Amino acid sequence: MAGSIPASPTDSAAPAVARARGRSTSPAAEAWRRFRRHKLALAGAVILAVTTLAVLLGPLLWQVPINEIDFGAKLKGPSWKHPLGTDDLGQDILSRMLYGGRISLAVGLAAMVIAVVVGITIGAIAGISRGRVDVALMWLTDLFLSLPQLPLLLLIIYLFRDSLKVIVGPEMGVFILIVAVIGGFRWMPVARLVRAQFMSLREKEFVEAARALGATTSRQVVRHILPNSLGPVIVAGTIDVAAAIIAESTLSFLGLGFPSDIPTWGRILYDAKDYLDVAPHWAVVPGTAIFLIVLSINYMGDGLRDALDPRKVM
Amino acid sequence: MSGYIARRLLIAIPSLIGISIVLFTVLALAPGDPFEELATNPNIPAEVRARLRAQFGLDDPVATRYVRWFGSMVQGDWGFSFASRVDVDTLIMQRLPVTLFVIGSSQLLALLIALPVGVYAATRPYSLFDQVANTLAFIGFSLPTFFTGILFILLFSVYLDWLPFVYRADISATGWRWYWEHFRQAIMPVAVLGLFQGASWTRYVRSAVLDVIKLDYVNTARAKGLAERVVVVKHVVRNALIPVVTLVALQMPAIFGGAIVTEQIFRVPGIGSLLISAIQANDTPVIMAVTFVLSALVILCNLLADIIYGWLDPRISYR
Repeated sequence: MAGSIPASPTDSAAPAVARARGRSTSPAAEAWRRFRRHKLALAGAVILAVTTLAVLLGPLLWQVPINEIDFGAKLKGPSWKHPLGTDDLGQDILSRMLYGGRISLAVGLAAMVIAVVVGITIGAIAGISRGRVDVALMWLTDLFLSLPQLPLLLLIIYLFRDSLKVIVGPEMGVFILIVAVIGGFRWMPVARLVRAQFMSLREKEFVEAARALGATTSRQVVRHILPNSLGPVIVAGTIDVAAAIIAESTLSFLGLGFPSDIPTWGRILYDAKDYLDVAPHWAVVPGTAIFLIVLSINYMGDGLRDALDPRKVM
Repeated sequence: MSGYIARRLLIAIPSLIGISIVLFTVLALAPGDPFEELATNPNIPAEVRARLRAQFGLDDPVATRYVRWFGSMVQGDWGFSFASRVDVDTLIMQRLPVTLFVIGSSQLLALLIALPVGVYAATRPYSLFDQVANTLAFIGFSLPTFFTGILFILLFSVYLDWLPFVYRADISATGWRWYWEHFRQAIMPVAVLGLFQGASWTRYVRSAVLDVIKLDYVNTARAKGLAERVVVVKHVVRNALIPVVTLVALQMPAIFGGAIVTEQIFRVPGIGSLLISAIQANDTPVIMAVTFVLSALVILCNLLADIIYGWLDPRISYR
């Protein structure tokens, strides 16, 4: 990461300070040191870690089934028996939240991976090959950037939902579709970032040296250019997780994401929105969860941007 | 300037065609057949179905079908809604003004928040005001619009009972009362969208102003003895707005997405809620037309942004 801007003062100063203290810092340790300085980013990382642990281990500890219907306890506020209350069928909101959190986080991560992989591929191809390929790929990127994403997401899900359900089952079908479509509409910023990085890095001396030593183009890209262009990509990828979680929740909130027997956070909110006057807790719990996760991830992205930007003096 | 606008218009056409190709490809790849119901109906022989398919040109090559579809879309012949039994274009024209009104006023609100707050925060970086504004902006764009909408309804409609939470197009009152009722019901949808946009724009404005404010020409303006207000408004903001316009244009698709959600929460009768109800009713002509109109609006906004860009930055306009 430090290689992208060679002439920055901190770049050479930081290792010098470390050497004077008699120890060397790896780029990762240096980034971690800088990330820790951003208190809110650290808090975001902690909240995200706690939530991840909770949704992974929580269902083992809190073993109330997500679909146990109990009309005697419907629309009840928080109590010892149901810490987050119950919904209109008397189902326990805590266990539904824990189960839904797994899906919401999984969708976020998987869509991010797709967006980053596609973005890096397209950006790298455009950045390393000049001329027509570059122009065509960037036109494609700009075209995707000006597509209205939510209407298209809705359109694609409307058109393909039923046939995918038949092929891979209702849960996996919707999951694959949503992840692929959200990821497929979020790769453009990554592609632009990677292309811009490639354009500047491929002219740098260390790449020229590699070329002079006979490295093939693919080796130059994989070993030399790509590792040095990952800093901004990591930041963009982090924020993509938040955007994907919001996109999934939005789809579920519009009633076009996961079906109601798969309670993602957006879906719980969708089911709750008609009972705002009698059971506000039902809507507030999933909404707050989405908000907190997105806020944490956004702060983490901010912290990572500071940590991975060698120009920033910290 | 007119040459520049004409050039931009010419660039917009390929994007429109590109988007229409994407849309049509999605539709063509999709499984399902408009005559599926006929296939399962034993009273309709297979020959009739085949003749219908031939009559509507469903067996033609994809390219021919695309050209025909795009041609009729451009001419304004958008088909007939299965669900509401009216022409799609009348349906959309009924709904479009409400959407444009809500989006337009929310963008205005966002601008009214983002410009002063962003500029003020950037002129005093790392002050208390800056930190508070920054934190609020982070919270603002991390709150998804559907949750803000629900919180607003909870607070202002359920607990305080100040504002109606269902948007009605058929208000019977007349005169001032009519305007007042419209204003009251528009507050929440506009605020939800406007605050969300305002939050992210505030950050753009702040960082853009910070980039400009330390430049030499600003120091020169101060050295000439200009008042600080004049320096900021006339010299700093105009240049700082150039990158902001680009970022705002890039956000246009997201704004229309947010409008769909807001319309759904507050039951605003705009084209966003039309899209959702059309999807629920399997009303394909309406779905395609609304998506196409929204795409065209995004391109139009990008075009507008390019024109504003040319006005803000004379260096690029005669390139």
